[in-house]
Amino acid sequence: MKRRLEISELIFRILSYVFLTVFALCCLYPFVYAISASISGKHAVEYGEVILLPRNVQFDAFSAMFNNNSFWNSYTNTLFLTLFGTLWSMGVSILGAYALSKKRLLFRKTFNFFLVFTMWFSAGIVPQFLNYLSTKKIFAAAGIVDEKWLVVIAMGMAAMNIILLRNAFEGVPSEIEEAAIVDGATEFQVLAKVFIPMSKSTIATVALFFAISRWNGYFWAKQMMTNHNEWPLQVFIQDRLTYYQDSEQMAGWNESYASDSMIYALVVCSIIPILIIYPFIQKYFAKGTNVGGVKE
Amino acid sequence: MKDTGRDFLVYDEKTGVYREDPEQAVRDDVEKHYWLHVGRTILKDWRLYVMLIPMLLVFLFWRYFPMYELLGSFKVSDDTKAVSEQMYSGFSYFKSLLVGGYQFTTMSETFWRALRNTFLLSFYGLCFGFPMPIILALFFNEIRSNISRSILQVASYLPKFMSTVVMTTLVVMLVKQGALTTSEGILSQALASIGLISKETAKSGLLNDPGFFRAIYQISGVWEGAGYGSIVFFAAIIAISPTSYEAAQIDGANKWAQMRYVVLPSMLSTIVIMLITRIGSLLSIGYEKVLLLYKQSTYVTADVVSTFSYRMGLEGGGAGSKGIASAAEMINNVVGMLLVIGANTISRKASNTSLY
Repeated sequence: MKRRLEISELIFRILSYVFLTVFALCCLYPFVYAISASISGKHAVEYGEVILLPRNVQFDAFSAMFNNNSFWNSYTNTLFLTLFGTLWSMGVSILGAYALSKKRLLFRKTFNFFLVFTMWFSAGIVPQFLNYLSTKKIFAAAGIVDEKWLVVIAMGMAAMNIILLRNAFEGVPSEIEEAAIVDGATEFQVLAKVFIPMSKSTIATVALFFAISRWNGYFWAKQMMTNHNEWPLQVFIQDRLTYYQDSEQMAGWNESYASDSMIYALVVCSIIPILIIYPFIQKYFAKGTNVGGVKE
Repeated sequence: MKDTGRDFLVYDEKTGVYREDPEQAVRDDVEKHYWLHVGRTILKDWRLYVMLIPMLLVFLFWRYFPMYELLGSFKVSDDTKAVSEQMYSGFSYFKSLLVGGYQFTTMSETFWRALRNTFLLSFYGLCFGFPMPIILALFFNEIRSNISRSILQVASYLPKFMSTVVMTTLVVMLVKQGALTTSEGILSQALASIGLISKETAKSGLLNDPGFFRAIYQISGVWEGAGYGSIVFFAAIIAISPTSYEAAQIDGANKWAQMRYVVLPSMLSTIVIMLITRIGSLLSIGYEKVLLLYKQSTYVTADVVSTFSYRMGLEGGGAGSKGIASAAEMINNVVGMLLVIGANTISRKASNTSLY
């Protein structure tokens, strides 16, 4: 049944096209501008002549950055934190979520509350930092002194992600689990061979949540790492930006590229990996938010 | 069997007397050996409990131990001692935060300002940031072509995946001040050329002006989160069965009536839940973004409780500053938790949906 569109409906439809297009372009513009400004000529950037597309294309800012050891250091550190941080967070979360998903677990409600309470009440940054200082001593006594590893094991755990995993594991039919047990599978085999393959999409989603939050992590890495060689990329960018602002935008800057281009080049390097994998992963994120409710 | 309220006695209907429940002996036994029973179950199923241990330890160490550190807000803070060794000082830090006095005479003004700013930033976020995803979702629903809708959606989700540092760096650069040899940020130029702000304001940098902080915070918030936030509302819209539309059409409903009587009621429960979550988190504002965007010249409008306590506690503020920082976060977080629990209770009563 095809009706003719009323005039008001037509206007609304056109309006929604226009509005959404403008909104999407506004969302993209800063990134496009950053890319353009990072590869434009010095004069064009300094006098604000770059509006959308690059002018007098040159890659001096990038080549200067690629020759900078601190940059590569921070990039390696970010990769390290993302890789091991995600592995650690996923390992701990999957094991915990699996145990919590079992109805036969004693004190299940208590453990759940233990988890959920951290979403209601957090101590705040100063107590967390003071606690970090005191736990650092405990870990030093146990032989873990590297601050990188402390960031990996201490930060980035999220109760919400564990609950997402738990809900996914609860959705696995118990008959399949029983069949595996009858076949003589141990608890760990049941987890590895039944539960993980059967909740692949949730696991992928949660792993991506963890990986993105590790890649983007800034505050705690900065607070916890005293050695500047261990700084991840985000801290490095912020450090450069602060320096840029404090030195009056690098007055007396004598390079062949604008000082702004350097900042934009850093930003571009930080977002490019995300831009590359983004088209493949965005469907997982859309799925992840739909599973918001928490069952009791 | 009638419930007697005394579970060890059972009413026998034939004889009309109460007698002891035969299962009571078993129950007594279980009760007496409760912990033995628990121990046996755990031992039999030890693998399950071993799996739980890493998670419990992580949360204990980095979520619950910090709560213990909050005790520092009741104690004379001393950097050389652990919290457990410090002397109790009662509520003096809370008093100087809330009404002033003690060692920090002007502290309460700063604290109340921070509390007000925290509340206002979230409140404006509720007014401007909350409706935006709903509007976007309604508009997305209008777009019939799947391909163009996907392109628009993917583009509008993108900023959500950028780090806070990248986002604030872009904001800082887009509205930066002009210098001797360089011009001001491109966004400031654009705003000045259409007359929204004066040339001088643009030249001196929008982030240096306390009058613009809230606007910048909200607009960048919409830029960052509105597209991603629309996912959940859009999901509610596409879950509506086509038969509902058909039924409405047969009843003679035009587009607007369909939106009024089909689409909006179906979205209502999602809207209510999201709204309640939002109200519950009124005081838990992200400190990273404020910390990266504010400056000393914009503290008037930008300083929030967590940044206030960050400055007091971590950037070194002299004797007692760690205690006062903990006290400030304690106040903020306790009120925040009450809001979450209150919002959740209301949600449970009103719509039978609760988040936790």
